[in-house]
Amino acid sequence: MPHTTNTQGPLWEVFTQKKSGQPFTHAGSVHAFDKEMAIENARDLYTRRGEATGLWVVPAEAIVAVQPDEAAPFFDPSDDKIYRYPTFYEVPEGAKNI
Amino acid sequence: MQNALFQYLLRLGDTNLILSHRLAELCSRGPFLEEDIALTNIALDHIGQAEALLKYASEVEGRSRTEDDLAYLRNETDFRNCLLVEQPNTDFAYVIVRQFFIDVWQGLLYNALKNSKDETLAAMATRFAKETAYHYRHSGSWMVRLGQGTDESRARLERAFRDLWHYTGELFETDATEEKLSAAGIVPTSDALYPEWIAQINRVAGEAGLRLPATDYMASGGRVGMHTEHLGHLLAEMQYLQRAYPGAKW
Repeated sequence: MPHTTNTQGPLWEVFTQKKSGQPFTHAGSVHAFDKEMAIENARDLYTRRGEATGLWVVPAEAIVAVQPDEAAPFFDPSDDKIYRYPTFYEVPEGAKNI
Repeated sequence: MQNALFQYLLRLGDTNLILSHRLAELCSRGPFLEEDIALTNIALDHIGQAEALLKYASEVEGRSRTEDDLAYLRNETDFRNCLLVEQPNTDFAYVIVRQFFIDVWQGLLYNALKNSKDETLAAMATRFAKETAYHYRHSGSWMVRLGQGTDESRARLERAFRDLWHYTGELFETDATEEKLSAAGIVPTSDALYPEWIAQINRVAGEAGLRLPATDYMASGGRVGMHTEHLGHLLAEMQYLQRAYPGAKW
């Protein structure tokens, strides 16, 4: 088995907020050995040109994600339940609000 | 007074310029991508500070030399930077220790200069202090990380700390130029910064598990143009283009 040494630390996902009150959006990822270094690296990579007023970093391994091969059982069942969409319902004649 | 201010601006400007060049040498050679970008980013802050300081120096001098002339057309003995910043990037620990000593010093200096009676200098110091606060956060956290890391990182940090220590005394020398400016309320004297500097160094060194070297010997000479053997080589590279193609622009 080939030996590969991780010299750049674990992966962290970076989220930035454009303005106070707005949602944080995923910006990308960085490598870092600890929290302090992760937030500094994220600052240097993703906020240098005034892109953000808020910044989060999250250890990538702390994120629970749906794996691609599980996508079908997770998401497909909603395909055949068209009654979950408002467009399924016809608004009765004369109804002003529904 | 104008000449004293000119000399003082050269000291601060050159210190930033030379440190910036040392950090720029690491561009594309950082230990990994994120750190490469972090160091280059700090290099850009320092060259920005150097540019502002040398531009003001050229105005104060009033001899139609621009900031570029000052940076690229002076010789080694005309440079007024402290010896610490011209020391080479021996390994990553040297880069961090050198930066850490400077960051603590610049933080204190710029905070004091915010109250300068010279408005231009005060405005610059206010801007620089913010940048320096971030540099300190970066170098300070690396000091602790390396000190508490592996046996190797600890040993390298100790070696860099010991080797660079005797270039720190120069930062706190006060001479006639400073006394004159200080009396006019334009700058703090350097020795006034020492108590807080050593307190901060002690605190972080303690966290990193380092002991301060037990030596009184301190190197000196940057302010009078007596540099270590490293500066000439650095300038040869930094000034090459303007020397080979005078007035080249792009």
